[in-house]
Amino acid sequence: MIYDVSIYAILIFVSFVALVLGLSFYFARKTKSASNYYAAGGNIHWGVNGIAFAGDYLSAASFLGICGMIAFSGFDGFIYSIGYLAGWVVALFIVAEPLKRLGKFTFTDALDAKFNSRSIKLTAAISTLIVSLFYLIPQMVGAGDLVVPLLGLPHWMGVVLVGSIVILIVATAGMTSTTYVQFIKGGLLIIASIVLTTYILKNGLTLNPSDDYHRGVTIGAVMEDDKLVVNDGTDAEVMYTYQDGDYEYAKVQFEGVERWFQVIQAGENYELLEMLSIVYTPDGTLYNGAPKSERKFYPVGHMNKIMFKGQEVEETGGLNPFNFLEHLENSEVVRFAKHTFTDGEDKVNVWSQNITHGKDVLKPGLLLKLEGASLWQKINFISLMLALFFGTSALPHVLIRYYTVPSQRDARKSTIVAVAAIGFFYILTLYMGLGAMINGVIDVESSNMAGPLLAKYFGVGLFSFISAIAFATVLGTVAGLIVASSGAIAHDFIDNYLKKELTDKAKVKAGRIAAFCVGLLAILLGILFKGMNVSFLVSLAFAVAASANLPAILMILFWKKTTSNGVSVSIITGIVSSVTLILLSPSMFERYGLNPADAIIPIDNPGIFSIPLSFLVLIVVSLLTQKNKADASIV
Amino acid sequence: MLHGPAAKLDEDKSSKKKASLGIKLFFVYFLLYAGFTAIGIFKPTLMGVKVVFGLNLAVVYGFGLIIVAIVMGWIYHMICSGYEDKMNKEEQL
Repeated sequence: MIYDVSIYAILIFVSFVALVLGLSFYFARKTKSASNYYAAGGNIHWGVNGIAFAGDYLSAASFLGICGMIAFSGFDGFIYSIGYLAGWVVALFIVAEPLKRLGKFTFTDALDAKFNSRSIKLTAAISTLIVSLFYLIPQMVGAGDLVVPLLGLPHWMGVVLVGSIVILIVATAGMTSTTYVQFIKGGLLIIASIVLTTYILKNGLTLNPSDDYHRGVTIGAVMEDDKLVVNDGTDAEVMYTYQDGDYEYAKVQFEGVERWFQVIQAGENYELLEMLSIVYTPDGTLYNGAPKSERKFYPVGHMNKIMFKGQEVEETGGLNPFNFLEHLENSEVVRFAKHTFTDGEDKVNVWSQNITHGKDVLKPGLLLKLEGASLWQKINFISLMLALFFGTSALPHVLIRYYTVPSQRDARKSTIVAVAAIGFFYILTLYMGLGAMINGVIDVESSNMAGPLLAKYFGVGLFSFISAIAFATVLGTVAGLIVASSGAIAHDFIDNYLKKELTDKAKVKAGRIAAFCVGLLAILLGILFKGMNVSFLVSLAFAVAASANLPAILMILFWKKTTSNGVSVSIITGIVSSVTLILLSPSMFERYGLNPADAIIPIDNPGIFSIPLSFLVLIVVSLLTQKNKADASIV
Repeated sequence: MLHGPAAKLDEDKSSKKKASLGIKLFFVYFLLYAGFTAIGIFKPTLMGVKVVFGLNLAVVYGFGLIIVAIVMGWIYHMICSGYEDKMNKEEQL
């Protein structure tokens, strides 16, 4: 899609990013020692820390990914919201306080506090690095998506932009800056979401999202001599049809270009429904039959039929949060479903109008098939729920904030502030996602931009403000992750594992070099994974985190027979099994350009196998190595 | 471990109480969460049944899981703070 770039939007955006950077540099001057760099000196106020937690957590995945997923697939996107929040219950009730009691600087230190084992230092550092990288991918993909409509830049430039700014922040400042930046940005994201939701409710449901909204043309046709012939006076001619499984498409000469329509048989007659299409021909790419620059491609998503108090209406006017959902449930929405096929030398992507009843939008099933699901589809669902639930407390960049408040009570209060703020925000995601679904703002090429584009529908000011916050969100999250992974390399690996005697100054320097390298890697990965929904990518990161770290954390806290060997082997098992399952999954096969149905593993979410496996390995290896532990505890 | 000084033992006692409270609350929430998952797996049609305010079970259960997490977090904090205050008092005596 081509977007009009607004100078006003760019100005707001640039000033906001400049503000974030300014703050980072301001706090950087206060950061002197290694303990300041890694954990902000342990003296951040709990309220600030709580909102910063929220700022950390409400990353690109939450705002961009979940809203987009809800806009495309209804309630199934909201399941991610539910699961992401539920993860905080695990963090608060069983991990937060014991960990604070054990910890020093990083997750590795906390794991290590009980054993002082070199193998744990090494494996935990590797795990922090891998999980951070997995979590970095969606942030970078989201950043790239953001700049396309905002600054009119290509996706890869957005990725490079975020990468460079963050490397600059982290390499010069460290954690203190990111805590305050996360605090400001987390707070603003919630405020902006309240504003957006208010607009959506005030707007209510309407058949005509805007004056220039393109609802999609329907052409009448009949079959004559086995050929479809247009019979309703429209200046169009069917060239030929293509049968793809249950769907039939027609290539039609329409408005001077060749377009694809969906063929629907209605008794004796036929209806040709306009579709969006991107056709990759040997001579270039055509959007709705014309080159991209002709702007034939348009945003979509609208109400098909609105039932209001038992009557069919054109619009409802303002609604409250409850009857917005209630009336939507009784009405019909037009979603757009993607199909891919080949036409001679051309590779064709089409998006067909898919009339969906509100009942189906507001319950699970559009994306994660549940009714009449196969065994693998059911396993996939459980696996996703498991990874979301256990992933949060295993993320290194979230855990690191437990160390930035002075006491356990403060850590607890921080976490509750975070849960409340995040929970409230997640309830709003349902409204923002549905708002995007029905107001004609969806760019079918990227599910990640539904939220910001919805804001654009209500005004360019709100759009640039929300985009700037989302961009800063990505900046902050990426910064936090790079701090965590540079900490893993510089502090855990070089300092603790290799036992290099570094001065305080040299430690900070090593951290900065590590941050630079991780940042570069993140940029590369962000470009490679373009086009995937960021919330889905995050769920993979959660699965890896839960498989690698969670058994180690929980068993160290709650099982006295845990040994250092058990922990090390379990971390490695968790990483290897979850990453392998992901690499062999249908979504990755699609990424490799292969048929997803041929994937070696039939499910996308690995947690259901890798998490129990990692637990099992920890228990077995610990039981086999009890002798070592007895020796160690005497010392 | 078993022969720590008295003051430390007090501290351990409080954190043990907090930990066991945390585990109990965790299991309560886990059951609620597992209930949602189980309905999705075994009786997905139930998700579409209207429950209250014209909202279906999926929405009500989903919102509920979010709100219950916040409420349980607050309860946990209040009880834990109670344990800690009580313990500090005993130490002063």
